[in-house]
Amino acid sequence: MSQALFEYLLRLGDDRLVLGHRNAEWCGHGPILEEDIAISNLALDLTGEAQLFLELAGKVEGLGRDADQLAYWRDETQFRNLQLLELPKGDFAFTMVRQFLFSAWSHFLLEGLMQSKHEDLKGIAAKAVKENRYHLRHASEWVVRLGDGTEESHQRAQAALDQAWPWTGEFFLADDVDRVVAAEGLGVNPSGLRPQWESIVNDVIRRATLTVPNTPMRMVGGRKGRHTEYLGHMLADMQIVARSHPGAKW
Amino acid sequence: MVTTDWVMEVLHEVKDPEVPAIDVVELGIVRGAVVEGERVTVTVTPTYSGCPATKVIEFEIESALRRHGVADVVVKTIFNPPWTTDWITEEAREKLRVYGIAPPGKAPQGLDLVSLSGPTRTIPCPYCGSSNTVRESEFGSTACKSIHSCKSCHQPFEHFKAI
Repeated sequence: MSQALFEYLLRLGDDRLVLGHRNAEWCGHGPILEEDIAISNLALDLTGEAQLFLELAGKVEGLGRDADQLAYWRDETQFRNLQLLELPKGDFAFTMVRQFLFSAWSHFLLEGLMQSKHEDLKGIAAKAVKENRYHLRHASEWVVRLGDGTEESHQRAQAALDQAWPWTGEFFLADDVDRVVAAEGLGVNPSGLRPQWESIVNDVIRRATLTVPNTPMRMVGGRKGRHTEYLGHMLADMQIVARSHPGAKW
Repeated sequence: MVTTDWVMEVLHEVKDPEVPAIDVVELGIVRGAVVEGERVTVTVTPTYSGCPATKVIEFEIESALRRHGVADVVVKTIFNPPWTTDWITEEAREKLRVYGIAPPGKAPQGLDLVSLSGPTRTIPCPYCGSSNTVRESEFGSTACKSIHSCKSCHQPFEHFKAI
């Protein structure tokens, strides 16, 4: 059981760590100052949530690893994030469309986790769900603004949606880890989240005058440590300081 | 004699590093204190997951108690129930306003997931009191604040987000 819970917590932590890092790449590059600040805030929330989940993962594992060790000293194949989240940040439309698709999914996942029998996990989820609500609202506002905006912004938003969509299949794939933690009342089996997710996502896409893509699911395997060519590069960037100065303290 | 009340009194000296107008007890971060013999255990609940002030606050709570002669200090973090701006005291809300930060309203309860207009509550300007204000962004200089501006006195200001 604790092995499954450890894996499950890594997934929760790695999703937020990787997306948080991708969002942080916008810091200083946002299209307007307010948006630069907003994306950095999203990055901060996600990284903070990642730290809480990874710290808990380390505790459950019981080998003395803390959040920093898990974040900076694991290699690509040991990361358990969804592949969608490691793709390069792309243009602003892609960043917002991805954030929107993820935050909508994450909302229902976190709501489910608020019923967890694991007290710490339940508490972290209850905090994260509040932050996630801001992310979802912010990203959905942008999806509508871009989709229902100019000809170019519409085109870019549709292209972003077309690019991101095939990767969302991985949101709902469940394996033994999910089934074990769900059976124990500790975690949520993501395979049941699709109807709720679709109802929000389809509504916003419609209001954004965009079209729901009808494309098959892409390769998957992020939960097993199989990743795109992009994650390794991202980790090199993210981990270089910690690995150059092992054990450094502020 | 170290009592819980005395500990809370000492903790009023610890200001929020990002909003030094109010202290960590008024902000609702300190959830309780237990005195057992020589040991003082302070329980805290962080505001936002990624708030960089959290570590500083824990450190300063410990330092404040040590300054007052408590050698054995334990700072414990609990996540449940999650922090809410509803825990900020009335006095602290007034201090925020005087400091130039519009205090939070009641934390939203219902689901307003993809509302395209955002929160509809009017935020009164902390400088002139006008309710003719607009929200510029839901995200501000720290995780806990949003950016607004006043159409009456033309003053940009921050608002402590209700969460």
